Amino acid sequence: MRNLNAMGLVRHRLFWPLAALIALLVANTIRTTSFLNIRVQDGHLYGALIDILRNSSPLILVELGMTLVIATRGIDLSVGAVVAISGALACSFLASAPNPNSIGTVLVACGIALALSLVLGVWNGFLVSVLGIQPIIATLVLMTAGRGIAMLITSGQITMIHSTPFKTIGSGFWFGLPAAVLIAGAVFAVVATVTRRTALGMLIESVGINPQASRLAGVQSRSIIWIVYAAAGVFAGVAGLMISSNIMAADANNAGLFIELDAILAVVIGGTSLAGGKFSLSGTLVGAFIIQTLTLTVTILGIPPAVTPLFKAIVVIAVCLLQAPIVRSRLAVRRPARPVPVEVAA
Amino acid sequence: MTAPPTIVEMRGISIEFPGVKALQEVDFTLRRGEIHALMGENGAGKSTLIKALTGVYTIDSGQIVVDGAAHAFAGPAAAEAAGISTVYQEVNLCDNLTVAENIMLGHESRRNGSIDWRDMRRRAKGFLARLSLDIDPGSSLSTHSLAVQQLVAICRAMVVDAKVLILDEPTSSLDAYEVQQLFAIMRSLREEGVAILFVSHFIEQVYEVSDRITILRNGLLVGEHLTPELPRLELVSKMIGKSLEALEALEGSTGHTPSEQTGAAPIAQAIRFGRRGTIEPFDLDLFAGEVVGIAGLLGSGRTELARLLFAADHADAGHLVLDGATVKLRNPRAAMRRKIAFSSEQRKVEGIISDLTVGENIVLGVQADRGWARRIPRRKADEIVRKYIKALDIRPTNPETRVGNLSGGNQQKVLLARWLATAPRLLILDEPTRGIDVGAKAEVQHLVAQLATDGMSVVFISAELEEVLRLSHRIVIMRDRRKVAEIRNDETVGLDDVVELIASGGQA
Repeated sequence: MRNLNAMGLVRHRLFWPLAALIALLVANTIRTTSFLNIRVQDGHLYGALIDILRNSSPLILVELGMTLVIATRGIDLSVGAVVAISGALACSFLASAPNPNSIGTVLVACGIALALSLVLGVWNGFLVSVLGIQPIIATLVLMTAGRGIAMLITSGQITMIHSTPFKTIGSGFWFGLPAAVLIAGAVFAVVATVTRRTALGMLIESVGINPQASRLAGVQSRSIIWIVYAAAGVFAGVAGLMISSNIMAADANNAGLFIELDAILAVVIGGTSLAGGKFSLSGTLVGAFIIQTLTLTVTILGIPPAVTPLFKAIVVIAVCLLQAPIVRSRLAVRRPARPVPVEVAA
Repeated sequence: MTAPPTIVEMRGISIEFPGVKALQEVDFTLRRGEIHALMGENGAGKSTLIKALTGVYTIDSGQIVVDGAAHAFAGPAAAEAAGISTVYQEVNLCDNLTVAENIMLGHESRRNGSIDWRDMRRRAKGFLARLSLDIDPGSSLSTHSLAVQQLVAICRAMVVDAKVLILDEPTSSLDAYEVQQLFAIMRSLREEGVAILFVSHFIEQVYEVSDRITILRNGLLVGEHLTPELPRLELVSKMIGKSLEALEALEGSTGHTPSEQTGAAPIAQAIRFGRRGTIEPFDLDLFAGEVVGIAGLLGSGRTELARLLFAADHADAGHLVLDGATVKLRNPRAAMRRKIAFSSEQRKVEGIISDLTVGENIVLGVQADRGWARRIPRRKADEIVRKYIKALDIRPTNPETRVGNLSGGNQQKVLLARWLATAPRLLILDEPTRGIDVGAKAEVQHLVAQLATDGMSVVFISAELEEVLRLSHRIVIMRDRRKVAEIRNDETVGLDDVVELIASGGQA
C-alpha cells in the first residue's frame, strides 16, 4: 500500500518540476553550505532564497498572464515589449515630474504605465479574438513594434530616475519581505481566486480544450480570450515597473528582453500544455522558481552568465522529457505492473 | 447497345480491420465510358472499396484487374500509374497556389533542372480547356468559387491521363447550377471513354447522371443494376436493408397518440428559412409538447436544418419566428437565450469537453449562459449535477470523472444533461442514439418521449427510421438538402410510407 502511495506521488503532475527544483537547491547547498541560510538585518530578510523569490517576481507576473493565454490555445510573444514600454513610460513620467519623490506622483506614473499596458493587452486580444489572427502572429506585431514604442517614449536614451517610493517596488521591503515578492504574491492570489472562484478558469479551459464545442454550448469565447490577453498585458506592465524600479532606469532595449521565452518555458515546465486546456498556476510558479534558481546557480558556480541559456535548455529538456507521455509510459513499463483501479459500473 | 469493354474488375474483395469486416467478397465492375454510382449508407463500405481500388488499403483477399492486367497496388502512386485518379470529397488542393500549380503539382514541366513556368501554364490551360473551364491558370486558387476549385481538382486528376476517375461526393458543396456544370463535364469525359465512379448521397443526381448503380450494405454487395431499371424505392430499401415486407412487419410499434393540436400558436416557426448551398428554404412549425422527427438519408440536409435553427450556421434566406416575433439569432448563445438547445451529432468534436469532468460538462451550458463572472453557487451546481446523473443514470456516478473516459452512451447522456439543465423550450437532438448501446438507446428514447409529454418541443433527428417513427408526432422528410414532405404520424403511417417518401422525393 505504501508503495502505491509513493507511485501516486511520482505520478503527480508537479513531481518532476518540484524534484528538479529541490535537486538544484541541494546542489547549491553542497557547493555553498550557507545557501539555505536566511538572516534578519534591520528587520528585513536576506539570503539566497529571498533573492530567488525576489528575482523571480517579474517572471511570475509575466507567466501568470502567459499561463492563461496558453490555456486558451494562444501565446503572447509581446510581453517582453510591454515590460519595456511600461517601464519606459513610468520612468519618463517620473523623470519629467517636478516632485518624483512624492507618493502621489509615483502612483500616477504607475497608473498610466499600467493603463497603457492594459490598452496593449486589449489590442492583442482584439487581433486574436475579433480578427481571428493566429496568436503567434498577432502578438509578434507588438513584440517587434513595442521596443520601438519604448524607444520613442524614452527618446532613445536610458532614462535614469531618482524616486524613493518608486525604488520600493523593485528593491524595497514591506513587513520584512521584499515588496516585489509581496506584489507578485498578491497578483498570484488574485488570479488564483478569480479563475477558481468564478467560472473563468473552467470556461478558459473549455475554450482551450474544444473551441467548437464551447461555442455550441454558448460559451462567449471571444470575451474570454479578450480577457486573458488584457490580463497578460497588465501583468507584464507590473513586471515592467518592477524591473525598471530595480535598476532605477528605463532601458528600452534590454528591459524584459527574452522574458516571453522564459515565461513560455516556465509554463511548459509547470505542466500546462501548449495545446491549451487544463492549466496549473502552481505549476507555473514552480517553473519560475526553477528558472530563477538555475540563473543563480550559474552565477554561484562561477560559470560565465553568457552560458546560462545552455543550462536552462538542459534543465528544460530534462523536465519536459520526464513529463512526456511516451517517456512516462516507458518508465512505467519497467516497473512491475500494478492493479488498475476498476471503474465499478454500479 | 453492346456492353462496353471492362476497365476495372474487382473480384471477391475482402478487407478486415480489427474487429470489423469492412468488405466481404465484394465484386465490382467498371466499364469504359460509363458513369457508375456507388451507393450505400454510412459504414456500408463505399470508401473502403474506393481505397482498395486506389491502393490506400491493401486487400486481404480478392483480385483487382485494371485494363486486363492484375494489380496489387502498393500505394496510391501505383494506382495512379495504372490510370486511376481520385477526387476526394474535401477539395485536396492548396488554396495559396495558382490554378496551374495546383493542376500540375508533382507533374511540373522542367527544363534544365528548373521549372518551366510558361510550359506549365500552357499545359494547365490545355487541361482546363478540356473541361471547358475558362479561367486564368496563373490566378490564385483561393480567388475561385468552391465549384471551380472542385473542377480544378478534376483537372488535376486528368493530368495523369486517367482512364478511371473516382469522384467521391463531388457535389456536396455545390449549388444546383454548379452541379449541372459538373455533370456536363462528367458526360463529356464519358464520351472520351473515361470510366467514372461516382459516389453521392443525392439520389436525384445519381438518377440524372449515372448509367449503372452498385449498392453496398454492411460491407456486402447488395446488387448491381442499370440505373433506369432500378426504381428509387427499391434502391432506398436496398440501401437501408429492409425489404418492403419486413418494413411492414416492423410497423405498428409506434403506440403513441399524436398531441392534440388545440389551435395553440407554434413556439417556433421557420418561414422560407434556408442557406445557399446548404439547405433550400423550408417552412417548419414547432409546437410545445410535440416531437418532430426528421427523416432522410445521410447528407439529405437533416443536420443542416438543425444547425440553422440553432444559429450554429447563419441562414441567408427567410426568417425564424419565436413566440410570434421574428428574431435574428446571431450565434448559438443567442439561440440558448431564447431557450433553444442543440445537441450535435458529432459528440466528440462538437459536444463534450473531454478533459473536463462530468460535473463541469453538465453545468457548462448553464454557466455559459450566466457568463464567467456569475459562477453557479457550488451547492446549486452540485444539486444540478447530482440530479441529472441520477435522472439519466450516468455511469460512473462520480461527477469528478473525466468525461473523455466515459462510454459513448454516457457521454451522450452528459450532453443531454447539459442541455436539459438550461431548461430549454425547444430541444434539437441530432443523432442522440448513434453509436450507443441498446440499453442506453432505449433510455434516451424514453426520455425524449417524457420530455415532450412534459411540454417541451423536441426535434428528433435519426438515421434510424424505426426510431423516428416510434417517437415522432410529425415527420419531416428531407432529401437532397430539401424538405420534401411533412406527414402526421399516426397508426396509418408505416415505415414503408416514409421510405417511399424518401425515395420519391414527396412526389408520390
